[in-house]
Amino acid sequence: MNHSRKASLTSHVLEFTGTETLKELDYIGSLNIQWWATLRGIRNALPLVGNRYRWRAAVHQMLDIGVHAVPMVALLAMCSGFILAMQGASELRRFGALHYVIDLVAIGFTRELGPLLTAIAVSGRSGSAFAAEIGTMKVTEEIDALKVMAFEPLEFLLAPKYLASLVSVPCLNIVSNFFGILAGGLFMLFSTHLALPLYFHYVLSSIALRDLMAGLIKSLAFATIIAHVGCLEGFRVRGGPDAVGRSTTAAVVRSTFMVIVADAIFTAIFYFMGAA
Amino acid sequence: MSLISVRDLVVEYDGRRVLDGVNLDIEPGEVTVLLGGSGSGKSTLLRQILGLERPMSGNILIKGIDITRCAPAELSKIRSSIGVAFQSAALFNSLSIGENVALTLREHTRLAPSTVDLVVWMKLAVVGLAEFGGLHPKELSGGMKKRAAVARALALDPELLMLDEPSAGLDPIVAAELDELILFLKDTFQITALVVTHELASAFRIADRIAMLSNGQFIAVGTKDEIRASQHPRVKQFLNRVPDNPVHAPAVAGYLERYVRSQEANS
Repeated sequence: MNHSRKASLTSHVLEFTGTETLKELDYIGSLNIQWWATLRGIRNALPLVGNRYRWRAAVHQMLDIGVHAVPMVALLAMCSGFILAMQGASELRRFGALHYVIDLVAIGFTRELGPLLTAIAVSGRSGSAFAAEIGTMKVTEEIDALKVMAFEPLEFLLAPKYLASLVSVPCLNIVSNFFGILAGGLFMLFSTHLALPLYFHYVLSSIALRDLMAGLIKSLAFATIIAHVGCLEGFRVRGGPDAVGRSTTAAVVRSTFMVIVADAIFTAIFYFMGAA
Repeated sequence: MSLISVRDLVVEYDGRRVLDGVNLDIEPGEVTVLLGGSGSGKSTLLRQILGLERPMSGNILIKGIDITRCAPAELSKIRSSIGVAFQSAALFNSLSIGENVALTLREHTRLAPSTVDLVVWMKLAVVGLAEFGGLHPKELSGGMKKRAAVARALALDPELLMLDEPSAGLDPIVAAELDELILFLKDTFQITALVVTHELASAFRIADRIAMLSNGQFIAVGTKDEIRASQHPRVKQFLNRVPDNPVHAPAVAGYLERYVRSQEANS
């Protein structure tokens, strides 16, 4: 009896694991298909060669994803910069290596914290907004209306958002880097009276172009994840308004999770290539 | 030649057969009404004709092209010649009514902006909304939204107009106004229309032909008089508004009596 119960539990666990794995593979497959389809349509969102209405929509999205997120990202980066500098200083001071706080903040932000904090902020602000917008359009038959009006929803809705994300997220990353490093500078000014111009001189000598490039490459990957997960969650909405709510939550949770996994993969790649 | 021919169409959702070998021909210049109760498969058939879903088997020919098998570009071309007004109107909430109507004109034609504005004004004037082009969908009443959806559907002067439940949820006066609008469009522009409805009064006012669906099959197709004369029990039941499961008042009264007695016994 006990043996059969154990066997039944094992089969249930295996069945659950198998089902969930297949679901996740299906999700990744859908993301891939959507990504390729959007790459074909993104040309239409480009200025001069594309459709001017898509480009206009992309600019509108750039303002929304990028410009409107600057205060939030700046504040987030300032707080994180202070935290990193203070935590680093408390340990490095014991070894008489307080000046390494500059390297810690500068390299930490350009390679890691800048892109990651930006991605988390954009995921919460814009990833959820993409899912809500497209999910609501799905519920109110607006997506069907687009199709019967001979528009391709991926090209009409997703391409401008994706293009805007590809432009805005790296820009926000630079903003985040600047404010995070500035916070480290303010900490050094108040704790060691190190002048800000001198601090920035040390910062520039401690970071290399490849550090900045590694962060920007990550930003482009994170922008892709956030835009596509947000929109896919919206397109997968079935049912009523409650499904829209679930899709916005799923967009944030999934994109944040995938951003962190992608970050780990990129960091490992850069580490073995000697860039990190 | 029929503008639309539906042949042996079978549609299933999760193993449940919604359309079971449906055949239908829609002739140019006619108003065809798809009549039927809730869940009879009317909207499913409309979605199939619009190419929004794939059937399990069967064909749908629009102007001789099988949309169940054609390339996306061909489907897109066919859709450009069809105007659709959805049950929920499905106007784009981020755009004004004028912009909703202008959308296809701006993107699918090379008309100058001033010409687009003129066409938008004309289309809105046809449905009596010429003064409301600047308003957004949330600022309109239900009837105005439906009329705006018709104006948007008319933007590219379609050969075929499809309306899903145009009078659902509207008061009788506004519903009658929409019926007159459909007749006006038919008479003025010789438009072919496919109208999905379960409103009897509306169906018999606007239809040249009525096709009645029940349980995924056409049980009667014909002119208004032929439908009225139909001896099919389901058609007669529908036209005479006879319920399927009448409420048994004595049974309800008996249940209430037992419930009151049990409450009294407990107290």
